[in-house]
Amino acid sequence: MDYGLDTKSNRLKTFNTIFIITWLLIACFPFIWTFWGSFKVRADFFSRSDWWYAISAFNTLIETGGKFTTNAYTQAWTEGEFWKASKNTIIVTVFVVSISLFLGTLGAYALSRSTEKYAFWILMAALIFRAMPHITLVSGYLFPFFELQIWGILPTTIVVLVAINQPFTLWLLYSFFKTVPKELDESALIDGCSYFQAFRHIIMPVMWPGVITAGLFSLMLAYNDFTVTALLLNQENHTMVPKIQSYLGTNQHEGNLMWAVSAVVSATAPLFMLVMFFQRQVISGLTAGAVKG
Amino acid sequence: MPNKTFFWFFLPTGLAMILFIGLPIISTGIQSFYAQHDQVVKEVKKCDPFGCTVSIVVDNEETSKIREAKPLGKFNGFGTYTDRNHLAVDEIKKFWNETESFGAFVDQVTNLPFYKALIFTLTYCLFVTPNVLLLGFIIALSLNAVARKIRGPLIFGTILPMIVTPLVGSLVLFWMIDSQGIIGANIQNLMNDPYLSLKSSKTLTWITIIIYGIWHHSPFAFVVFYAALQTVPQEPIEAAIIDGASRFQRIKHIVLPHIYPVVTFVALISLMDNFRVFEPIIGFSAEGSAQSLSWLIYDNLVNEEVILFGSAAATSMMTIIGIAILLAPVLIRTWKEFKTAR
Repeated sequence: MDYGLDTKSNRLKTFNTIFIITWLLIACFPFIWTFWGSFKVRADFFSRSDWWYAISAFNTLIETGGKFTTNAYTQAWTEGEFWKASKNTIIVTVFVVSISLFLGTLGAYALSRSTEKYAFWILMAALIFRAMPHITLVSGYLFPFFELQIWGILPTTIVVLVAINQPFTLWLLYSFFKTVPKELDESALIDGCSYFQAFRHIIMPVMWPGVITAGLFSLMLAYNDFTVTALLLNQENHTMVPKIQSYLGTNQHEGNLMWAVSAVVSATAPLFMLVMFFQRQVISGLTAGAVKG
Repeated sequence: MPNKTFFWFFLPTGLAMILFIGLPIISTGIQSFYAQHDQVVKEVKKCDPFGCTVSIVVDNEETSKIREAKPLGKFNGFGTYTDRNHLAVDEIKKFWNETESFGAFVDQVTNLPFYKALIFTLTYCLFVTPNVLLLGFIIALSLNAVARKIRGPLIFGTILPMIVTPLVGSLVLFWMIDSQGIIGANIQNLMNDPYLSLKSSKTLTWITIIIYGIWHHSPFAFVVFYAALQTVPQEPIEAAIIDGASRFQRIKHIVLPHIYPVVTFVALISLMDNFRVFEPIIGFSAEGSAQSLSWLIYDNLVNEEVILFGSAAATSMMTIIGIAILLAPVLIRTWKEFKTAR
């Protein structure tokens, strides 16, 4: 805390700096290391003889003639069909984000402007829904989806992800719309607008900051999901995260570990860029509802 | 807002939640009372010059016919709940009567799949949640003392573990901790034990997954606490400094009471998230020594021969009950506040 009266001793300052550096190392080094290792061959990054090979690139030099190789990437994206998985991820993410924002803004706006008791109960129900482990919901979906023969395709997964995402989106946008003064749309109503017109012409232009935050979180949910996509999509339609898992291999067949490493880097990089760009919005979203009480 | 307008505004999202969250819970409930059909067997008489033998084989045609006629399976009542893979009522009775000491009884019970998973899930929650709160708070305090200019990049670095999906996060750690990775290999050298590895020890696996949990969830606690720290009023702190309060006293008596509501919020959210721990078990390939409730459900659903809908559903229902118990205090408190507010 940077207060005028608060003077820190040098020892405390040093201790603080050491602590932060240690924590940042713990938080970031695994990613840096994986990024570094993705340009090596398997015998180096998962060396049976000496871990130092991952740095000296002993086997990478022998196998490829250079200290760095992009073989893992080219193979995973072509042979491993990671391009298909990323295409599916893009489709799923785009649709989930746009649909859940559309539904969420309408619903949250109504909740924030309602003074009835049921609005409170709906928010409570949403909180309970938010707490449901996704895997328990999936165990409810599988059987009906098999029967209706809509299992394995992208649209089903998109709808499911939108629904799973609604409780959080509703809460986030609800607490955001609460901060938009009621007088704004009330004056529009007095001027003869319908609620929908007030929403369309008065609220929509000022709601973008909240929508961007909610959109980012829907995006992260859709992009990162493993439980739903792994169990509701067939092999052909797998998105990136279940694809990475399939590279790991099972007891029956040997996986291709270096594909998994390069796929992890490929999948994580866009996410990091995005968060770097929208850091402020991510943090405001996480704290919405918490700090305001 | 009039009820009618509210209805039309809320209809799309309400419909989505009812259809894909409400109904699935009911569907899970129904499925949990059914079990998959037994295979139909038939006797086949085979005769060759040396005599006749009767063998029992699975009648695939009949089996699939029954499965098609009644895809939900046969009605099983609470049978699935009480069987060996779930509450294991009979087994527990047997153990109670047969084992001599209480310790042996507990040993036997904790070897049953459901109780094993329950104990891992609870242990994970119990260790991860408080440590997440503590570490998150310390990081928040610590970053709050750094010059404003460099905070941005530091916050970015801090939240990285949180924004990757648990599967990727645990894989990234696993590749380092595994015996062929950088940390694993160095620990082997340090301990002078070439056979020391994550997979060889149950305790080590549990500790690793718990450490992963703390690593993954602390950034969330950090972000919320950090935002809360910005709202702490300065006057009481300055007054306390003049009165000669130490740094620790200031945190204990001014900062902590101020952010108390946020602490309960973070504790609740992280408890809910920790209770569904599942992806790290796959990431660390720790199925052998650590199983959680969610993992049990997943395992039933990816079963290769027949998907065990009933078994998965029964575990799901019990998980939901667990969540309800966790949430109950919060709901009761909100309800009381709501009643007094009226």
